Amino acid sequence: MSQTAAHEEPELIQLLTPEGELKEHPDYPLDISAEEIRALYRDLVLVRRVDSEAVSLQRQGELGLWASLLGQEAAQIGSARALRPDDMAFPSYREHGVAWCRGIEPKELLGMFRGVTNGGWDPHEYGFHLYTIVIGSQALHATGYAMGIQRDGAVGEDGSAVISYFGDGATSQGDTNESFNFAAVNNAPVVFFCQNNQWAISEPLERQARVPIYKRAAGFGFPGVRVDGNDVLACLAVTRAAMDNARTGQGPTLVEAFTYRMGAHTTNDDPSRYRDAAELDEWKAKDPILRVRNHLELYELADEAFFARIDEEADKVGEMVRTQCRSMADPEPLDIFHEVYAEPNVHIDHQRSEFADYLASFEGAGAEGGR
Amino acid sequence: MGTNLTIGKAINAGLRASMEHDPKVLVMGEDVGRLGGVFRVTDGLHKDFGADRVIDTPLAESGIVGTAIGMAMRGYRPVVEIQFDGFFFPAANQTFTQLAKMRRRSAGKLSMPVVMRIPYGGGIGAVEHHSESPEAYFQHTAGLRVVSVANPEDAYWMIQQAVRSDDPVIFLEPKRRYYEKAEVDTGVSIDAVTPMGAARIARPGTDCTLLAYGPMIKTALQAAEADVDHSIEVIDVRSLSPIDYATITESVKRTGRLVVAHEATLTGGPGAEIAARVTEECFYHLESPVIRVAAFDTPYPQSRLEEHYLPDLDRVLDGVDRAFAY
Ligand SMILES: Cc1ncc(C[n+]2csc(CCOP(=O)(O)OP(=O)(O)O)c2C)c(N)n1
Ligand SMILES: [Mg+2]
Repeated sequence: MSQTAAHEEPELIQLLTPEGELKEHPDYPLDISAEEIRALYRDLVLVRRVDSEAVSLQRQGELGLWASLLGQEAAQIGSARALRPDDMAFPSYREHGVAWCRGIEPKELLGMFRGVTNGGWDPHEYGFHLYTIVIGSQALHATGYAMGIQRDGAVGEDGSAVISYFGDGATSQGDTNESFNFAAVNNAPVVFFCQNNQWAISEPLERQARVPIYKRAAGFGFPGVRVDGNDVLACLAVTRAAMDNARTGQGPTLVEAFTYRMGAHTTNDDPSRYRDAAELDEWKAKDPILRVRNHLELYELADEAFFARIDEEADKVGEMVRTQCRSMADPEPLDIFHEVYAEPNVHIDHQRSEFADYLASFEGAGAEGGR
Repeated sequence: MGTNLTIGKAINAGLRASMEHDPKVLVMGEDVGRLGGVFRVTDGLHKDFGADRVIDTPLAESGIVGTAIGMAMRGYRPVVEIQFDGFFFPAANQTFTQLAKMRRRSAGKLSMPVVMRIPYGGGIGAVEHHSESPEAYFQHTAGLRVVSVANPEDAYWMIQQAVRSDDPVIFLEPKRRYYEKAEVDTGVSIDAVTPMGAARIARPGTDCTLLAYGPMIKTALQAAEADVDHSIEVIDVRSLSPIDYATITESVKRTGRLVVAHEATLTGGPGAEIAARVTEECFYHLESPVIRVAAFDTPYPQSRLEEHYLPDLDRVLDGVDRAFAY
């Protein structure tokens, strides 16, 4: 059982080399100011800090779990900064960088991983759907949402488009493949943004695919591109072009952001059981933040004071994350019964009042429990 | 031959024994190979039996169960792992429309010796979809056998019995109890151990029968211990389809009371079915209605609320009190 094809030489769109040199690409010209690049650098650094704080908070028992985005910052910031306010993003569970760009406060994400909420933000307010854990599900939601945009007549220069995020593992799911097909036959304004971080927990890409992921799009009848997922400029340019195509009625695109999961799958995972540490070293040289810093230094677009300011801001963000997390109160027991149905429900009401009586029966009893 | 094993390790040892016994036995699922599964239940099997028999599948539950069906047609006995309870649902179509019905559709010409292992239930502080108790869906589906284990001894033997069954078996593993340890006698013959479909009296008593399975057995035993005023008999029902009503009704006829406890939601849950049947069969022996202690009819809540959501020792004792209030 030979496995070769998945690791074909990637035809990678890159605008910024690991050393920080700019590269031109005929299909993806990027007109970007120094100020915008500095802003991207800031996003990258701050999001990495939110992430590393969250990992520590999990270690300290403040969070039940955390799925780190380490290594995927450029893919997320680049793609999300290509979105307009009226666009809609459908994340999986690792899109903390996208959430950041959509204006979701870190505490909203922390609440979910702390077990205080199930998400609970208003997807419409932010143009950012809830985190979706059941792999692949959200790609269909994104497609359906895009079909709604078509029916609203909201396609065009000033229209809206949709982006669906998922991983390399998710490309094996029926839902994901069905979403490709639904989007294709409807010519729906949706961009499929796959962060190929090379791993689905312990399974390497070869276990999911025999062809490079971006090439799948051709079989469904829409374009696919592979972008250097550690290059924030390329991710921005490629996503912007794909979103504009979608917006103006030219249908879906599959963007494969070729990147690497530098950390464990989640804080529960131990990657030393299944992957070689040398692989990580190789990718460290392609670090998404380092190359923007290299660029800013190389082209003298930022001085030491700028970098110091960002680091200081990162410290403040870190502290905010810690404080917000630790001060998050547990929900009230009777919250269990909230938001199950839109309409009053006698069944739920009955169980709620029974449980309230039950809880009240312990009051004054003193000890934990009834006996 | 006694060995001290956790429930997780006992299932691992049982799988190993099954694979050694029958070369047609395969293990398939997400991360079951090199990693040994996220709970390490298949630890070491990939190394010892190779990638042809321990298959790291693509990330697609419908694909896993659907291909297991094809493998079974070709004479294999696949043991598939669904990584968490909440991720069974993409495989619902293959399970309910194909796996469960194949024998009937083929007029008995095809058997489906597929085991679907599912770590299930709550209490581990997890995020969404990692704490569900979907047993009622399976129990409601003709053609599937449904079992759950509560101790290492059953874990070791029942997984082997499940593998040997020519019917599809949904094998529910109480994930929050994976690390519970006990002595397992691995030296006896598999033909000598209690059949997979039989209920077991886990603790004898005379005043009230408390029925549970899987993760709730430990809680039920604690409740029986804590209730110093009554003698509580605890039954580990072990098999939810079929249910060993002979053992249950014999007990209820002696005690006159039945409390059923489970983590699955109340309405349409296993307790409802058992209550109905016991009421039919033991009507004149009952001193009280059958009492159910279950999770509320809401989605599984965020983990900071799960201690309130899951029936715990106090809720079970409250259920027992309600039975004695009649
Ligand atoms: C339907 C479903 N099956 C299994 C899982 C368990 N699971 C969580 S993440 C994951 C791997 C996902 O890999 P990939 O799509 O590459 O995303 P990544 O985690 O690498 O970002 C698995 C198997 C799940 N969440 N949903
Ligand atoms: Mg991945």
